[in-house]
Amino acid sequence: MLSLLIFLPLLAAVPILLLPAGREQEIKRLATAAAAAPVLLVALMWPGLGAGGPGFLYEVRVPWVPSLGIEYHLGVDGISFPLVALSALVFLVAVLASYGIRERVKEYFALVLVLEAAVMGVFTALDYVLFYLFFELVLVPMYFLIAIWGGPRREYAAIKFIIYTMAGSLLMLIGILALYFHTGANTFSIPEIARRAPELVPPSWRLWVFLALFAGFAVKVPVWPLHTWLPDAHVEAPTPISVILAALLLKMGTYGLVRITHPTLPEAAREFAAALAVLGVVNIIYGALAAMAQRDFKKLVAYSSVSHMGYVLLGLAAGTAAAVNGAVFQMVAHGLISAMLFLLVGVFYDRTHTREMERLHGMYLATPTAGVILAFAGLANLGLPALPGFVAEFFTLQGVMQVGTGFFTRIAYVTVIGIVFTAAFNLLMMHRVLMGRPREEFAALPDATPRELATLVPLMAASLLLGVWPAVIMRMTNGPVSEFIRILGGA
Amino acid sequence: MPEAGVPVGYFFAVSTLLFSLGVFGALRRTNPVAILMSIELMLNAVNINFVAFSRHLGAADPVRGPMFAIFVITVAAAEVSLGLAIVLALLRRRRSADVNEFDALKG
Amino acid sequence: MPQHAWIIPALPLASYALTVFVGRRLGERAAYIGIAALGLATVLAFWTLAAVGGGASAAMSVPWLRLGDWEIRMGFQVGRLEAAVLAMVTLVSWMIFIFSKGYMHGDARFNRFYAHLSLFVTGMLTLVMADNFLLFFVAWEIMGLCSYLLIGHWFEEVENARAAFKAFLVTRLGDVGLLLGIWTLAAATGSLRFADILEKVEAGELSGSLVTVAALLLFMGAVGKSAQVPLHIWLPDAMAGPTPVSALIHAATMVAAGVFLVGRTYPLFEAAPAALATVAYIGAVTALVAALIATVQTDIKKTLAYSTMSQLGYMMLAMGVGGFAAGLFHLEAHAFFKALLFLAAGSVIHAVHTQDMHRMGGLIGPLRLTGLTFLAGALALAGIPPFAGFFSKDAVLVAVHASPYRALFWVALFTAFLTAYYMTRAAALTFFGRPREREVIEHAHESPPVMTAPLLVLVVPTALFGFLGPWFQAFVGGHEAHGAEAAPVQALAIGAAVAGILVAWAIYGFRALDRRTAIRLLKPLYVLFKEKFFFDHLGLAVARLGMLLSLAVGAFDRLVVDGLVNGVAWLVLLIGRGARALTAGSAQAYALVMLAGVVIGLFIYQVLGRVG
Repeated sequence: MLSLLIFLPLLAAVPILLLPAGREQEIKRLATAAAAAPVLLVALMWPGLGAGGPGFLYEVRVPWVPSLGIEYHLGVDGISFPLVALSALVFLVAVLASYGIRERVKEYFALVLVLEAAVMGVFTALDYVLFYLFFELVLVPMYFLIAIWGGPRREYAAIKFIIYTMAGSLLMLIGILALYFHTGANTFSIPEIARRAPELVPPSWRLWVFLALFAGFAVKVPVWPLHTWLPDAHVEAPTPISVILAALLLKMGTYGLVRITHPTLPEAAREFAAALAVLGVVNIIYGALAAMAQRDFKKLVAYSSVSHMGYVLLGLAAGTAAAVNGAVFQMVAHGLISAMLFLLVGVFYDRTHTREMERLHGMYLATPTAGVILAFAGLANLGLPALPGFVAEFFTLQGVMQVGTGFFTRIAYVTVIGIVFTAAFNLLMMHRVLMGRPREEFAALPDATPRELATLVPLMAASLLLGVWPAVIMRMTNGPVSEFIRILGGA
Repeated sequence: MPEAGVPVGYFFAVSTLLFSLGVFGALRRTNPVAILMSIELMLNAVNINFVAFSRHLGAADPVRGPMFAIFVITVAAAEVSLGLAIVLALLRRRRSADVNEFDALKG
Repeated sequence: MPQHAWIIPALPLASYALTVFVGRRLGERAAYIGIAALGLATVLAFWTLAAVGGGASAAMSVPWLRLGDWEIRMGFQVGRLEAAVLAMVTLVSWMIFIFSKGYMHGDARFNRFYAHLSLFVTGMLTLVMADNFLLFFVAWEIMGLCSYLLIGHWFEEVENARAAFKAFLVTRLGDVGLLLGIWTLAAATGSLRFADILEKVEAGELSGSLVTVAALLLFMGAVGKSAQVPLHIWLPDAMAGPTPVSALIHAATMVAAGVFLVGRTYPLFEAAPAALATVAYIGAVTALVAALIATVQTDIKKTLAYSTMSQLGYMMLAMGVGGFAAGLFHLEAHAFFKALLFLAAGSVIHAVHTQDMHRMGGLIGPLRLTGLTFLAGALALAGIPPFAGFFSKDAVLVAVHASPYRALFWVALFTAFLTAYYMTRAAALTFFGRPREREVIEHAHESPPVMTAPLLVLVVPTALFGFLGPWFQAFVGGHEAHGAEAAPVQALAIGAAVAGILVAWAIYGFRALDRRTAIRLLKPLYVLFKEKFFFDHLGLAVARLGMLLSLAVGAFDRLVVDGLVNGVAWLVLLIGRGARALTAGSAQAYALVMLAGVVIGLFIYQVLGRVG
């Protein structure tokens, strides 16, 4: 099942490349089918997840390089499966949103499908080498997708993105090798090493190995101050790629923390918890403030991602059941919400050819349906109840409070400043873009097309479902998260 | 097998002189053919050393040292033929054989 | 019946969904969906009230989420307090739904208006019935959202949009406190349910400082929602919304949610005397400040808005001095007559298309029904028996009088005088005297029955609800009014009210004193009131500071953080350029460097070899 998730898109890329470039219709159809298949697979797998206890499901385990203990090892649990499901949905949406691509259509869709395979691989791999392979493989299509189909400064953005993430990955590789040699069991299995590492990694090494791994993931999250690649990459990337970048690629960083650093090096994670909490709060507040200062619609959404990812860091740092569940939930919630927002930025950009919010006012009147959806997404981003962002933030901070130490209580008090500024910049965005009357040249814009609605409505529906009934996801996450907390030592 | 004869130091003196000449030539000359010849000088200096050491150290297998020298001579011959072919190709293309005019390796 | 009380909020929710999805096809007939749903909900709410009065009560909950071993349940509870508020909310909302059919006739976004109104009522009813803090907060925010959407209903005008923006942001500031309070309590008790938390508080299991902090944090939320000083600045601006919205949200229900919150968590406040005192003082200051500002307003809706704020202060004051039942009694009574006043004002605005009272005058002629109902509401607000406002305000005054806060009693009494004054002023300017602008009054004609009928219905509780006072206060389970002390307080209250009316009538009715002379005499005070005690300036300054901070961070990010990154990249580039000069492309140069390297390497090997 899981291998299909990875290889179906990868294989579908081959016939797409073989088709003559002129037959765009077939290429698009084929790509859509290839992106729809994982959604179907996820739906089939969903019941199997049940109330996901600890341990992995749908495991595949085949020796790959036996002499080094490298295996082709896949599996999902309650933490990774929601992200797999999110990936399937977001890629389908992204492919649908890509119908407007005009240049080198063939290569574009092939690269998107390769990207999907790599992302799926990251979220399902249970072997360090495999994980690292997919983690790096993500960069390749991403680089080209930004550098070829991007905006005017695309090369700068793409190179910045690649250098940043490569630098982080290298440190991560060092960390992985350190783990491999210290545990000395001739295995790269993630759960296996996690079982042995606490005893076998010498205490003096723990924090360094942790920091090396953390560096790799921190760039992806992105943790302040390593975040400046994000706004550039987002602004230059074409809309569907921004969607993937925000909804999924950032999650790879926090997923790495949940899957690898924390369970493998719990002592170091405990030592680092206070620093991680502070970084989380800095992300939240700094991101919100920076978002408020933006005039560019897309940059605002990008900085809002920085802010929202801070909750995940904060939740992991707190390490209580509510906080970690909230953090995992936030990954999915932010995936849905940021995807909607980037799609909407694209919807308005396609019509007005500007992202300057000052010039966009009055869109409520010009494009009522798109306006309402933007209001929905903006309010979701703001953390309005009955939408998933609220659930995630509420329980994350509830969990932070539950830690009970003066330090974390103070952290919670400071974080709420971020909540106020988050409300401020989202309201400001809605105020600027939606309210008032449109400029004359924008008065007769076409409203959202059925294809655009097809990309947005599923995300809205999923948001509403998760906001009202978060148990859909948290039912799965609770088991593995409890295990996670047990390993962390209940700190 | 310490034997009377020319002391090994003399061989070193000759090979060092030859090698230095070769280095100087390889670095100073601008004609590629001359450079190739200089490289030959350096290689032959090495060959002298091989043979001299082989004899001086009295290796169990007295053929091993000279064997290396023969290999080097063979490879050098192949190298020179390749080098001369390149020089010819360059001459055809650029109507010149001055190495100072070739800087395609520039970073 | 109480077991099925969950149907009550489900009805407007269904109406919301229907209006959104099929409303466009129905045109303005979509209003009937909402009206029918609310009518049914009202009937059910009164039925529930009767059942609860008969001793029934209900609670139900469903499992919602598990986090670790912590099970969170979502549920409703309906007891006496809830049943009483439910009945009031549904009745008032129903009347406003009917009224809006006429008032909003012809509006471009008629359906959307009804949809948001329905969603708002859902929020309010859910809030009242919620048995836990989470659902309470969800409902609380949904109301905030609807308030935002409805204030900004006419968003074409940037001013309206800005008012909506301000309302959302300012109340959000309070909400943050509420959230922190909820988190503090949940972390300390391990539960989000009111019953669990209050039980632990009453059992004294929580430390005093924690209870005080939590109570103050919760109160911060109430301050935002119920427009108490200093987070009140959004309420007057919120009058940018259509008048029925002002009636429903910014007078009768949503703003009362803050008071309701204090009432709901009252044991917590009782366990924290410092928090209770804060409530009392904030309430008193709000009551006074708002009343003073109301005396100089020229916009009929703004006058009513400030009077709302002032009355909310009254309720808080009552809560703060221990008059739990009195506060809730005033909440209900105020909801009835303030809804009436706003709807009547809406009827006036509908007729004359202006909100400036100085342009009105003599409207009692053409708008007889509206005028009379407005007067009933004004008398109730002024505190003239036998109207409801007299009894409820009296209950508050009695409660304050019975408390040790002497000064607050006189503040409250002075506020009562001011209330009577500005309401008389408003009535006189609007309905009496000679018409000041001919074209304003010429086109004025009475509103259609769909608008006047709700006014007439609302007159009934405005006139009669007061007599239920003792029963009501006993019903919601508070302390009985102190009968012995009541008589002198009553006399003082009536005296203050009559004095207020007389002074106002002297100026605006008989013109015994020209108002311009009065303004000249009291110039500094007039400016102070007119500028609303400069709270708006303060708010603006805070907002500017926030914006400045964000711009600073934005610049910092661009110049310093990203600058550092690009600086490193630039440095690497520079080193690369330098290194490039070394590689001129000459193979011979490379060989020379190689040779030098070998020589240096050998030399180092020799030297180090010796040392080592």
